[in-house]
Parts: sequence; C-alpha cells; structure tokens
Amino acid sequence: MTGQVRLGVVLLCHAQLDMAARMARVWAKGGARVAIHVDAKVSGPATERMKAALADLPAIVWSPRHGCDWGRFSLVRATQDAAEALLDSFPDVTHVYLASGACLPLRPVRDLVAYLAQDPDRDHIESVSAHDVGWTVGGLNEERFSLYFPLDWRKRRWLFDRLVDWQRKLRVHRRLPRGLTPHLGSQWWCMTATTLRAILQDPRRAEFDRFFRYTWIPDESYFQTLVRRHAIRIESHSLTLATFDHGGRPYQLYDDHALMLEESRCFVARKVWHKAGHLLDHFPRPPHAQPDLSPPQPQRIERLINRTVRRRLLGRPGLYMQSRFPRKDAENGKTSAPYAVFQGFSDVFPDFERWLADIVHADVHGHLLGPEMVEFAGRPMVGRGAISTSTLVRDHDPRGFLTALIRIAPRMQVFQFSPRDNQALNWFIATDPNAHIHVIAGAWMLPLLECDMPFDDIRRVTALLQRAELQHLEVLNSVWVKARVQVHELTDFLARPQGLLLQALQHLPVAGPHDTLPRMRNLDGLTDLLRRLRNSGLRPRLSEDGLPLPEITLSERTAAE
Amino acid sequence: MKHRLRSIIPDRLRRRTQRQYLIGRAFNRRRALRSTVDRTAQIRKGDILAFVTLRNERVRLPHFLDHYRKMGVDHFLVVNNDSDDGSGNYLAQQSDVSLWWTGASYKRSRFGMDWMNRLLMRYGCGHWCLTVDADEFLIYPHCDTRPLPALTDWLDTSGRRSFPAMLLDMYPRGNIEDQPYSEGVDPFLIARWFDPANYTIRKNPFFGNLWIQGGPRTRTFFAADPLSGPALNKIPLVKWDRRYAYVSSTHMLLPRHLNLVYDENGGERVSGCLLHAKFLSTFADKSAEELDRRQHYANSKEYQAYHAGLRRGTNLWCSESREYQDWRQLEDLGLISRGHWA
Repeated sequence: MTGQVRLGVVLLCHAQLDMAARMARVWAKGGARVAIHVDAKVSGPATERMKAALADLPAIVWSPRHGCDWGRFSLVRATQDAAEALLDSFPDVTHVYLASGACLPLRPVRDLVAYLAQDPDRDHIESVSAHDVGWTVGGLNEERFSLYFPLDWRKRRWLFDRLVDWQRKLRVHRRLPRGLTPHLGSQWWCMTATTLRAILQDPRRAEFDRFFRYTWIPDESYFQTLVRRHAIRIESHSLTLATFDHGGRPYQLYDDHALMLEESRCFVARKVWHKAGHLLDHFPRPPHAQPDLSPPQPQRIERLINRTVRRRLLGRPGLYMQSRFPRKDAENGKTSAPYAVFQGFSDVFPDFERWLADIVHADVHGHLLGPEMVEFAGRPMVGRGAISTSTLVRDHDPRGFLTALIRIAPRMQVFQFSPRDNQALNWFIATDPNAHIHVIAGAWMLPLLECDMPFDDIRRVTALLQRAELQHLEVLNSVWVKARVQVHELTDFLARPQGLLLQALQHLPVAGPHDTLPRMRNLDGLTDLLRRLRNSGLRPRLSEDGLPLPEITLSERTAAE
Repeated sequence: MKHRLRSIIPDRLRRRTQRQYLIGRAFNRRRALRSTVDRTAQIRKGDILAFVTLRNERVRLPHFLDHYRKMGVDHFLVVNNDSDDGSGNYLAQQSDVSLWWTGASYKRSRFGMDWMNRLLMRYGCGHWCLTVDADEFLIYPHCDTRPLPALTDWLDTSGRRSFPAMLLDMYPRGNIEDQPYSEGVDPFLIARWFDPANYTIRKNPFFGNLWIQGGPRTRTFFAADPLSGPALNKIPLVKWDRRYAYVSSTHMLLPRHLNLVYDENGGERVSGCLLHAKFLSTFADKSAEELDRRQHYANSKEYQAYHAGLRRGTNLWCSESREYQDWRQLEDLGLISRGHWA
C-alpha cells in the first residue's frame, strides 16, 4: 500500500538555518526526497554551513535561490523552482509537501505516507473561495485580486496604503485570467505530483504568473486557485497545523505545548520557536510497528489559540490593570460580576444592613462610597483583597476600587448608597449591566429628623443632598442606562414597604427566611420638617402629599414586630 | 482641527525637548562612571542585557544573578554606587558582569537614572535591556517553561519594543526582622505574601503611562498620606534605541509610545511583575543607613516612614494577604496577563 506513495518535500528556509537543517534531516531520514530553497538574503557562510551539515544525505536537492519578501510573488517563484527541481531530480515522487524550515513534523513521516496512501489521488490543500468572505485574518480579501500590489507592505507601509486608497478611488479593477475563480487558503499544502506538474506545466502559466505577480500575498492564493483547474479530488484542509493571531501573525510553539501537540495528532506544526529544544528533541514521535492512520484533530489547540485571541481582543470583564486600561465605554464588561446598590433603604430601616446580611448569601457592605470611611461589611481595618478603608485612596480611583472589590470577592457584593456618598461612579454604575440599583428617592431626609443640628444647617444640607440626588436620578432616567434600576418615591415605598422590599430582594441570592421587616425609622415630624423647609425658601422635592400619617407607619411597624 | 493641532504640538515639542535634555544629561555623566571591570566585548548581537545600579547589596547578589542567568540574561552591566560591603569585589569576579564605580550623588544623578541612561545609550542599542534594582525579580507569563529570549523574540515578532512589569511588594508573615535572610537563598521563601487587589490606577496624559499605587507600603507606611505612596508601574524591559531615555526611575520613558503598553479597547496586552524583595530582615539596617544618607526620592520620605514603622516592629501581613504560588496565580488575580502569547 505505502509503496504507491513516494513523498517529496519542498522546504523553504528564511532564517534559523540550524533548525531548518534539522528539519531537513528529519524529512530525509523519514524517507522523503527534499528540495531546499534558501532565501537569497541569508548570508553565504550560513548557507554553506547548512549544506555541510546535510552533505551526508543523498536525497536532497538545492534549488536556485531567490530573495523572498513576505507577501510578494518571490515566495511563489521560490516554491515553483524548488518543486520543479524536486520533480526533475526525483521523478518517482508522487506527493509533494510544502513546508518551511520552522515547520516541525510531529508524527513519523511513515504515518504521513500511510495516511496519504489511503487516497493517493487526493490533494490536501486548503482552498476557500475568496467570494466567501472571512477566510483572511487582518487583511484584504477580494481586493487582493482586483488591485495592483507592486510594493512591499512591510517596508513601504505608508506608500502601500496610499496606493490602495488611490486605486479604490480610481476604481481600479483587475480582470482575472479567464477560467480562474480566486481561492485562498493556508500556504502549506500537500499535492500529488500529477496536480503539481499540471500546474507547473500549464500552457497558460506565464499568463497566470503575470497576473499573480501583482496580487497581494500570492503564496496564499496562487496554488490554491490553480489547483481548482487541475485537481481530481481536493481535501480543502491543510495537513500543517498553522494558527494565526488576530493580526495574521503565526503563533509560536514552545516546549510547554508538547503534550497538546502530541494529542492533536497533526502531521506537521508551525511555527516552532527556534530555541524550543524540548519540542525539537521530542518530535517527531518514533514510529509504531503499525503506521497510525488516525486523522489530525487540531481542535483543542485551536481552542486554546481562540481563547488567547479573545483575551487579547476582549480581555477579562471588569479588569483594570497595567496592560488593560479600557477607555470609557470600551470596557467590554465594566465589572466582572453582578452587584446590588441600595439607596435610601438604610435610611428607612436603620438596621437594614445587618438584616439583609442575615438573609442573603452575599457581602452586604455599608456605605462603600461614604464620606467618613469605606464601610466594608463588619467594618474591618482592610477590606477584601487588602483594599484600603481610606476614603482618600478610594476617591483617587473610585472605579478601580469598585471593580477590584467585585473581582476579588467570591460572593456577590451589595452596598448602601446615598446622596451623601461619592457620586463619581453614578454614570459608571448606571451604564453597567451587572448593577442592580434600588432607590428610595427622598429617603436621605429621614436621618435629618433625628439629628439635633440647627435648622439653618439642616436647610443647607437638604439643599446639597437634594441637588445631588436630582443629578443622580437624572442619570438613572437617561436613555443610556444599562443597569436594572428600580426607583420608588419615599411616599410610594412607605405605602407598601413589604411588597417593594421583597421585590428588591428578588435578584439577590436569598439564603434565609425573610418574612419579617426590619425595624423602620420613626417618621414623626417629617411633615413638619418639610413645611419648615418649604417656608424657608427651599422647594423640597418630597412633598408631604401622600406621606403616610404617623398612625399608619406605627401600625405597620407593630405588625412587623 | 487647527485648534487641536495647536494644543498637540506644544506637548510633543515639550516631550522631545525633555527627551533630548535627558539624553544630553546622561551623556554628560559619562565621566562620573569609572569602569572597574569591562567585559562588554563579550556582548553579542541579540544578547539580553541587564542594567543595575546598586549600593551595598552583597547578600542579595548571588540569588539575583542566579535568577536572571537562569532566565536567560546574557550580560550584567552594573553601576556600583560606592558600596563598602564587598559588592564590588564579588561582582568583579563574575564572568558575565561589567562593573562601573561611582562616588557621585545618587540623588543628583536623578536617583541613578542618568547612569543607567548613559550605559543604555552606550551598550544597549539594538538589545533587549532589562533595567532593574538588585531587589527586583522579573516574573512573566510562562516564565516557568519559557526563557526570557522566548518572550523577547515574541515581542519582536509582534512589533513591541517595551514590556511592562508592575512592582509587586512581597513581605513575610509576621515581623520583618523575625526571619533572617541569608545569602543565596530565594528571598521569596521568606517574603512570600502580597496584596492581591488594592491597586489604584491613573493615566498620566502627558507621558501616556499608567500611574499605579497601592500595595502594602501604601497600606501601612503611607496610611496617613496614601496619595504620596510609591509608584508601582514599571517598564523594565525595552528594546533599546539611542533615542530612548528613562524619565523617572523605570516608571516611564520617552518617546511616549513606549509607555503605551496597555490596551484601551478592552483587550489585554502581555505584562509581567517585578517581585520586590525589599522587606526582608536586611531592611531595617538599610533604612537606617539610607535615612542618614538622605539620597532617596522626596528627601527619603519613604525611608522615614519605613523607619518609623519598622522601629515598632512592622508587620506588613494582613488577613487578606495572599501567599505567592506562581505566575498563573498572578494572572488569575489580574495582576499580569499573557495577552495573546499562548
């Protein structure tokens, strides 16, 4: 069976010739014929060294050297010449594998040969129609074929971009040679010698070469397009595991990838870091007695790559650190977990914090953003994650404070809020889908009933707090709100406290029984205070209309107790 | 548009002027450094170089050199600022160390940065250069399986020229003096605790860097005045060019683009940590001495605070401290990130 397949390898080497020589030896030892192309930019002595290192291997030909530039036709030219040299020197070759000096064979060459022998007429080359948008990562798609690209993108980036702009403006549209449908795909392929000869000896090859000379990255399209003219059966999947990041750069493989690479059952992987000694020693795996015919299963390693690309592009929600500092509204997750903000509840129910802590499975803090100190649950000297209780530190970077706390804490965070507190995070919290905000508007006034400040001070404080609350409510009523917001007027809340309190608890991880209300503050004198404030020239937003009469509050309270 | 241009140009000009001033200043200090042992001829193309200023760090040096040698640093360029504890002799015997001596004022050479800029300019161009103190130990993602050249090669292929590593203060459990540090030992066997999440970040619009504060020092020594606590953001690893200059310690550089090591669109870039082995038993003597010399930043305000704290038998540990395990732990906590270096 395996006698039918005689493998030839075209090895493109650009740098790290020591490693390339090692790879050539692996291929040749495995029984493959090898044609090596060394980039003309590599220094003479290095090339001589490589030749000397491989002098003992008979099945190696050296093809004419071209200077190769990334994304240019020179790479295709090098491949063509090397393939011709290979097919001319070893006419018995039935399959040609295109690999680079940084491609590491993972499985024994014998496995690959046996795998190819299962269907010897099949060409393994990824070839995706360019009209199906989305194969390319970080680059042009169909415009690769319709515009002219005479410049090197890496060296003349500015001019390159201008040229693309001008051509778009001038509506340049190159016509494809008749009979070709543009296809793209991984530049690493394995074709039958028949198909490859047909491509190389095509009577219209000069025309095709002329066209592809000025396309963009022809090494990803030349063979991929032409193979559609000549192939019998195409397996549109590359046998080489080559993964790219979001910028279109190949991933490097290191020693710690060894296990995953072995499990992937891929035949060849790239791109191996040139000093990954363990990988180079470990692979290719020694052949088994029976050739292993299992197909490659690169899903796991591709998942890993996708995960890291996601981390690079989207990051972890709610994380602010030295290498992730998203600008406003580009956070992709302002915080990392749901949290709840209760405004006014601790004013209506003085023991609200303790009561809530008993019945929910969450960290119930006091006024985290309060003006005196950061009131962590239980009032420790340092909060979770060793976060400081100092208001100076907190107000230096309030967003960092809140997001770090939510990220470090294993449980849900719940805290009290009031117009007295630092208002810097109002927009941040209101536009955060993780936030649950429950507000009893006007409740901040209740503690003033019990304080013995002079009336002038009460008036001044009321004016300040009312302004702060109005500004906050304006935020909560804006169209940009992403948080779940429930705002109740104090009067509405007092009309049916139990129902609205239970409603507020719905989104919390309630752990214990909660059929009793916490103790409610005595509201005596509220109507009186409001009247005095109004008469002193203020316009309290909270009107006494609809305020429950003192008796009702009292009866509620006794019912609760 | 015109208005915007006007407001941008002065900043760019200011930065350029400052950069040229710093480079000129570094060049001027060339005579302050006296070469003791010059092995710079050993430096080959592509080597990773470490640049260090130190004073009386003899006890720490063996482990320091060991750590970075294992990591893949090829050559150490050290400025010995008038040590009298044998640091100079010890370093002179190391085969991969080039040594300079200076008796000049640490403070008046911008806390050693003039010397560092000078050596970087002279020897660092085209190399990846690691500028650290003798008590700073670099940790980066995958550092247990991949040497430093793997990181720098990867940074090269991704077109990055600088790598951020925030300073992470490490401390022992219990009083700092209680567990004596002896030469050659891994300091993080003693000082293996750190603060996980109490770091504040602000962006410096002029230099473009992030200003990170917090950690145990701010928590304990600077509790009364936390905003003047030390900065923790650092960019110690840079592929140097003669046009570059460190501005203030290794916190920031010019030109500005080297400071933009973070992603502002929600993604994460790669970053590491400098584990700070300052809070060991050796620290009490050091702080007393440095307090006398008054050679440190802001009239040694830090050391005054430390000394006041240390005399009381300072314990930096608190119930929220985390015990250091490895880089994965730091990554899970969000202190470092692998970016897309899979």
